[in-house]
Amino acid sequence: MDQQIIQLFINIVGEKNVKQSTAQLLAYSYDATANFQALPDLVLSPRNTEEISEILKICNEYKIPIVPRGSGSNLAAGTVPNQGGIILLFNHMNQIIDFDKENLTITVQPGMITADICNFVEKENLFYPPDPSSMKISTIGGNVSENSGGLRGLKYGVTKDYVKGLTAVLPNGEIIKTGGKLAKDVAGYDLTSLLVGSEGTLAVITEITLKLIPLPKYKMTSIAYFQSLEEAAKTVSAIIAHKIIPVTLEFLDKKTIDAVEQFMNIGLSTDVEAMLIFEQDGDLKQVEQDIKLMTEIAVKHGATFSKIANDESEAEQLKTARRVALSALSRLRPTTILEDATVPRSAIAEMVRRIDEIAEKYQLTIATFGHAGDGNLHPTCLTDVRDQEEIKRVELALEEIFEVALSLGGTITGEHGVGEMKAPYLEWKVGEAGIQLMKGLKAAFDPNNIMNPGKIFAKETKKRVVLQHV
Amino acid sequence: MSSNLVMKQSFQKHIDEELLLDCMRCGFCLSSCPTYIHSEQDETQSPRGRIALMKAIRDGKVQWDSSVEESFNLCLGCRACEPACPAGVQYGALIEQTREAIQEVKPQRRLVKTVRNVTFNHLFANKKELNRAVKLVRFYQKSGLQKVTRKIGFLNLFPPFMKDMEKALPDVPKKVEHLKPIKTSTTKVAFFTGCLMDSLFKEINDKTVELIKLLGAEVEVPANQQCCGALHAHSGELQKGIGNAKLNVEAFDSDEYDYIVNNAGGCGAFLSEYEKHLNNNPLYAEKAKRFSSKLIDISSLLVKLGIIDYLKTFPSSESSVVATYQDSCHLRNVNKVFEQPRLILRNLPGLQYEEMTKADSCCGSAGIYNLLQPEMAGKILATKMGYVKEVNPTYIVTSNPGCLMQMKAGISKEGLTSTIQAVHIVELIYEQLKQESKNIKKYEPILH
Repeated sequence: MDQQIIQLFINIVGEKNVKQSTAQLLAYSYDATANFQALPDLVLSPRNTEEISEILKICNEYKIPIVPRGSGSNLAAGTVPNQGGIILLFNHMNQIIDFDKENLTITVQPGMITADICNFVEKENLFYPPDPSSMKISTIGGNVSENSGGLRGLKYGVTKDYVKGLTAVLPNGEIIKTGGKLAKDVAGYDLTSLLVGSEGTLAVITEITLKLIPLPKYKMTSIAYFQSLEEAAKTVSAIIAHKIIPVTLEFLDKKTIDAVEQFMNIGLSTDVEAMLIFEQDGDLKQVEQDIKLMTEIAVKHGATFSKIANDESEAEQLKTARRVALSALSRLRPTTILEDATVPRSAIAEMVRRIDEIAEKYQLTIATFGHAGDGNLHPTCLTDVRDQEEIKRVELALEEIFEVALSLGGTITGEHGVGEMKAPYLEWKVGEAGIQLMKGLKAAFDPNNIMNPGKIFAKETKKRVVLQHV
Repeated sequence: MSSNLVMKQSFQKHIDEELLLDCMRCGFCLSSCPTYIHSEQDETQSPRGRIALMKAIRDGKVQWDSSVEESFNLCLGCRACEPACPAGVQYGALIEQTREAIQEVKPQRRLVKTVRNVTFNHLFANKKELNRAVKLVRFYQKSGLQKVTRKIGFLNLFPPFMKDMEKALPDVPKKVEHLKPIKTSTTKVAFFTGCLMDSLFKEINDKTVELIKLLGAEVEVPANQQCCGALHAHSGELQKGIGNAKLNVEAFDSDEYDYIVNNAGGCGAFLSEYEKHLNNNPLYAEKAKRFSSKLIDISSLLVKLGIIDYLKTFPSSESSVVATYQDSCHLRNVNKVFEQPRLILRNLPGLQYEEMTKADSCCGSAGIYNLLQPEMAGKILATKMGYVKEVNPTYIVTSNPGCLMQMKAGISKEGLTSTIQAVHIVELIYEQLKQESKNIKKYEPILH
């Protein structure tokens, strides 16, 4: 980057908030997505919305790409600066701006860690439900930009269901405020909803107002083991059919259980094919009743063992076991490529079966875990980037998984976002007209294409695989 | 050949690619890393960032320069990232290999050189030298010169942190009174004395022996034992460290010993890894395996020998004396020992135990890190002292000489010497038992 332009940025944020050493540029060249890496030209740590506005004006004038980045735990290469330019950090913008107990909202800066928000409001008997697995390190800004889900999505929904208002800086430097603390607000287009999940491609979000709900009084967690994936999957469908909506209904297959147990050493059974984790919250009677009923349904569908967690710490261990699944699986092979295909919850058994068939067809190791209750599975390919031939098969297998998910009425990504990784497949889901409309929206916000370019929209859409009947 | 290419080749030679590929960059380590937290969340100063840098240098993706070197230098080696890592990345091994790779190619900067020269080639290379140095320190303390030099400000010539460390030097050791065994046992224990513990903290070592004997076990101090080699390995002198490992597994190789005990967390971690470091060496692999399998830290040994039952025989009483525990990083993160010291402290008569916030995070001592990276070490210590003040204990209890000195330095820096005392866990157990058995009439004093 031109030294004169760098000086302009230094003038805005101060020398100590500009990173440009070899080590610093390399350290911001990746996120949690395997096989994607690119060096930025500069890394900036602004201190407030106004500084971000000044930064964007310069980027817009000189057409410099800019990528907002939280903790870099993205799983779709959404924060890899694949066209260079600026990485925008929020490490100085991680404070609570307003905590409103009368309107039950909290307004925070985007750099705040998600788990810190949860812990803060829970002390006041309030609840912020979205809990992506990475919540201990992920920032709320990242969650909002990706519209992250989590373990509690089944009952409580995802990030977008809690974002009430935003402050954002447009690429031309103008500052907008959307929504607010209101329960009802139909003044014009719902720009809040448009910005949530826009993956940093439209504007830079600088303040977030979140809706809070009362903290449920009780919660209980239980597990059940199965000797087949089908049985576990059918249990999930049966639970929903019984009109129980648990907080959490998570699924782990054998490979995942093995890997997680290796890390946590908490005595999970490793001689089973699948495991379900249930959690319910609410008033004591309802919680007990639901947990009991879910356990009965599990046993009826073939569960060989079920157990209710003794206390909160045991329950927390079980949920942690699920949260670390992806990272723990990476013990098995050098490279872990994770997918996020999601189907209607009624199709979960079918999806699990089809993933198994695909793994066999391409002779790959695919472990599956995920939010079974909301149809959001995470088939994870365990492979080695150094083996070109195998990687080719991985790519074919993943394409087929997308195709199957779509054919079952599902989507290519449930909660991780499109990023760079899934951009070539977006058209499969939204169609050509859908892509054109989205591109039109992008151009209206960002005519110079400086905001996280190269994400969501691919240069070229992948040719759709023709499925032979298996 | 360009220096960059030489570095790349050294990384290829020393760093195991498979270990690097274990990292899938999920970032779960970030919040556990003290240098990440104390650098305004700079990814460059995180385990994930450092592993990415190791790989980038190894693959020739970026050029070696001072910023890359700084990232590696700033790592404490506390290994808090290991228990946080679901993928099981062996970060400790990776940073050791990295430092070895750098050391082979690059001459170290002067301060490092001086400190390293003094510590490795003089103090830790040879026990006699260390004892002589300690005698000098003792003379300096006894003669009153200490007071004088402190006043004159001779130490202003050194980085500010060294001044604090100087204040933290332990007092001249007193003779340790013997304890009467409360029971008999057939257990035989070999004591790994450690260099710092055996010189600067001789009194703690003597008390260690007394506590083991109190519980009926027999203690032997095998001759020919050497420095554990941890400080060498952590600074890129892995081969020297392994040299010491060989001498030690020989010195302790006897069927008579049930346990090999140590009272320094930093030594204990490296001692437990002898097995790993020597497993390809046909002459030593078996001996190293035996050595590592018998290894135990002092708190775990005391618990095994039944100290808790003994402590429970003392009547419980309210006490305003509060003790808190600061984990030794290596004892916790490598040897996974954190419950036993707390268990003992909770049951120790005459005091109340209170857990401190983030007791499991590094105090900034990290071997000789506080001498090499005074600025970062100072920031980390300041945060630690904030948590200490929340508890406001009478005792901060530690399990490692480095932590002990660092906590003493912290107390002195904060002007808290009149209210808070840093102690090694062995000292506190010894003194409390001595005191309490005297205080309570029905108990015979346990002194001989």
